[in-house]
Parts: sequence; structure tokens; C-alpha cells
Amino acid sequence: MSGARSTTPILETKALTRAFGGLVAVDHLDLSVHPGEIVGLLGPNGSGKTTALNLISGLLRPDSGAIRFDGYDIAGAAAYRIARLGIARTFQLVRVLDGMTCLDNVKAGLAFHHPPLPHGEIETRARTLLQRVGLERHVQRAVSQMTYIDRKRLELARALALAPKLLLLDEWLAGLNPSELQTGISLIRSLKDDGLPILLVEHVMDAIRSLCDRCVVMNSGRKIAEGTVHDVLADPAVIEAYLGAPAHA
Amino acid sequence: MIGAPVAIPLALAAVAGLAAVPFVVDAYYLALAISLLQFTVLSTAWGLFSGPTRYISLATAAFFGIGAYTVAVLGELLPWPLVLAIAGIIGVLTAAVVGFSTLRLSGVYFVIFTFGLAELIRQLVVWYEVNKSRVLGRYVFADITQTDIYWQLLALAVVTFVIGWAIARSRLGFALRIIGEDETVAQHCGINTTVAKVALFTVSATIMTIAGAIMAPRWTYIEPSIAFNAMISFQVVIMALLGGAHRLWGPVLGAIPMTLLFEFLSARFPSTFTIIMGVVFLLIVYALPRGVIGLLQRLANRPTKRSEAIS
Repeated sequence: MSGARSTTPILETKALTRAFGGLVAVDHLDLSVHPGEIVGLLGPNGSGKTTALNLISGLLRPDSGAIRFDGYDIAGAAAYRIARLGIARTFQLVRVLDGMTCLDNVKAGLAFHHPPLPHGEIETRARTLLQRVGLERHVQRAVSQMTYIDRKRLELARALALAPKLLLLDEWLAGLNPSELQTGISLIRSLKDDGLPILLVEHVMDAIRSLCDRCVVMNSGRKIAEGTVHDVLADPAVIEAYLGAPAHA
Repeated sequence: MIGAPVAIPLALAAVAGLAAVPFVVDAYYLALAISLLQFTVLSTAWGLFSGPTRYISLATAAFFGIGAYTVAVLGELLPWPLVLAIAGIIGVLTAAVVGFSTLRLSGVYFVIFTFGLAELIRQLVVWYEVNKSRVLGRYVFADITQTDIYWQLLALAVVTFVIGWAIARSRLGFALRIIGEDETVAQHCGINTTVAKVALFTVSATIMTIAGAIMAPRWTYIEPSIAFNAMISFQVVIMALLGGAHRLWGPVLGAIPMTLLFEFLSARFPSTFTIIMGVVFLLIVYALPRGVIGLLQRLANRPTKRSEAIS
């Protein structure tokens, strides 16, 4: 996938910074995602990965730095504008609409396109998306009664309903059992095969190895390594971030 | 659910029946009917906004008072329909300004702000009347009978229900349901949540303002403490919660019994009325968290669950 690097990135952050009081959660982060690639955002807990996603999706405003997406400067833009421009996401703690049916959850992602979709098309697309994530049997099911994996699938279907140009996944594969994990990995790979670039925050190593074209590793808000999965996992700085400093006398 | 071919003639018949009420009842029952309609309109309008968004607004008295005071100031200067229209416009403007400045707040901050709003507007009116117009308290001169008030309120109630029905079927209605479920998700679905909330808040507040304007001629004398009486805000919240604010028809189911109860209590126990009202409020929140309509739905759902189990 080195060919992808020569194209203009769909997403590019420059010196992206956000502090909470004295804690700099994201510190001058440079990050890029090119068309058609899956980029893994790795790092120990508390290293600022989710904050970085929140800055990109507009849930938080950056203190400084630039975010360019598809030719637009989106740093500090409202979340709904960023969603309309084509960034969809899932959340670390699954967020589905509990009081609604499965179908309405997906329609939530379809009903506010600009320009609006025709009514019939919303219905058809919603059913197609539920089928894509494997929920076609649960169309009218109340979301509050669904299992954890099904809620994750539903959240992904809602994100895809935006017809995004970039997908942000925040530990979407966490908490799945081995067979669910394989299903999940092949689902994400099928999205990539359709040409959807993905930025994913993930801890599951199997998933990272089999999915990511490139990885960026963060620690304490800063980027400490970038490159292929194999290279970054062998990087001494990464090993130190995860396991602590080697015990020199 | 009753289909539209049945529901529309039924609704028209009900409205026609209600319109005939002034011909068959005496002055006392007409006054009671006016109270019932007033609280039906106010609590339904309240539910339009607070039902889907789950924002508890205590601003009813502010908008109701603006309407009433507009009539007190302009009632004898301009023709009545124009007075109502001006009251409506003032309501729209106030609601839009208040909405854009406060709907970024959520939870208890919003509740407190809306409560303060009625007081703020009342104090502004008092300040203006004392320092500028030098009258505190005005006589309402408008050639409006009790029967006129009743019919106008009935028309407003019909308009309120039609608006509520239309919104529930619109993209705006869907957007508000999503906002009520999870505002962050709503934003990430591409919904401009501020505009959606302000739009609905404005619709709801404008109806309340017009209701206040229609009700004003019922008093012959108005002063700020009468027009901006905070009690009305609480009564409306209690009624809407008792009925169930998450459905268009819910608040009515609370407004009717509560108006009758308040009428009875304030006649029988005038001095302890507010204490009893507080206790009633507590009981409702504990016993019927989803309101009368939630209770009805629970009862209605029992047989269907059984049939699902069989199939």
C-alpha cells in the first residue's frame, strides 16, 4: 500500500493540540490518512487517542493546530458540519439510541443528508445497511434488548449510513469473543475493499496486524512512532511506552 | 393506533361538540371549561418541546405573561386580531433570543435559567412601568366575552394539536427524538441540534404567548405579579408529566384531571392548597414516571407480549 502515500491525504492534522487544564492530552500531533488506507492509532491507555478522534469529529475543539479534511479546514467546526462533510464515527462506549428500533437507529444516519434523500430510499438503504452488518433479522427489534456485539454492529451501520468519506472507529473490536472478532475484522476489511479510508483506535493486536496499512503510536499526547505495523511494534520507544523503560542499572 | 379515515371525522366531531359547550352550560362551568382548555393548550405546547428533548422548561409563565401584558398595553389601542398577532410576534422574537442564548445549556442549568427568565421579564416590566410609563397595573379594556375566550382557546388547542401532529411526522420531529435520546449522536448524524431545539422551543413558546394574550381579558386588572405568576409554570410541568410528555396526547390526560383537582382543592383548602400541590407532584414523579399514557401503554402491551410468546 505504499502507492497510497503518494496521493494527497483525505485527512491531515498539523500540530493538533488540546489541553485539559495542565494535562496536554494531544500535543502537536501530525497525522494523515490517505484514500483507501486503514491507519491504526495506537498507544497505551490515556495517551490521547480518543481525544484525537474527538478533535477530528468535532466533539471537542482543538486549542491550536490544523485539521484538513477533503480540502476543508475543519478544526473547531461543529460536529454536525463535520458529519455532513463526510466523517462518521463510532464511540469507545457504544452509543446507540436505546428508545428506538434498529431500523430507526440507522435512519438517524440517513435522514439528515445534504441534500436530503428521498423517503423511499432512506428505507431501502437502512435495510441494506442492516444486512451489511449482519442485523437483517433485527429490523424492528428494540435496541435496549440487544447484545453488546449487535449494538456495536448497529452503531457501525449508523455511521455508514452517513455515506462517509472517512470512518473513525474507536475500539470497535474491543470486547468481542474470538469468532466475533474474525467477523468484525472481515467486516472492516470489506469496508476498505469498497475504498473507505479508516482511522482506527485499537488495542486488539490481531486486528491491527491484519487490517492496518500503517500505524501511528501515541504516548502522553505525542506521536512517538509511525510506519508499518511490523516496524512500529519493533520500535524501542513503542516498547518502552507500553512496557516501561528497560531496567538499566 | 386508529387510522386517519376514522380519526379525522372523530376529531372534527369532538371539536364541534366542544364548540357547542358555551350554549349549554352556565357561567361557572364555562369558566371551568376555559381553565381546562387553557391548561390543555399550555401543557400540550410544553410537551411539544420538552417531550422529545427532555428539557424541563419553567418558562411557561414568562411567555404566558408576555402575551397577557401585550394585551394589557395594546388591548384598547388596536383591533383584537392585530393585538393577538403582535403578541405572537413578540413571543417568537423572545423565544428565539432566549433559545439561542440558553439551549446550549442542559440539565439543571436549563431548568434554573428558564425559572429565572419569568422573574427577569417580570422585573423588567416592573422597572419599565415604574420608571417610564409610571403606571403599575393596568386595566384590560377589550370587548371580549367569556364565550369568545373559550372559542379562541379551542381554536388554539386545535392548531396546537395539528402542529404537534405535523412535527412528529417531519424530519424536525425525528431530529428531536434523536436529540432526546443522545445529543452527541444527533450531532454526529449531521443534525444542527441548536437550530432544531430553538425552532421547536419557539413554536412551543409562541403558542404559550398567544394563550396568555387570549386569557388576558379574563382579568379586568393586570399587574406583573398576576401576569408572570410562577405557579403556572409548575402547574403545567406537573400536568404534562402526569399525562406523559413523550406523546402528543399525553399532556391532555394530565391537564384535565389536574385542573379539576386544583379547582376542587383551591375551593376546599384555600390556605393549604400549595402544600397539597407539592405532595401531588411528588406522588406523580414516584408513582408514574412515564405518566398516564405510559401506564396505558404498559397495560395495552401486556396481551401483545403474550401473543408474541405463543408465536
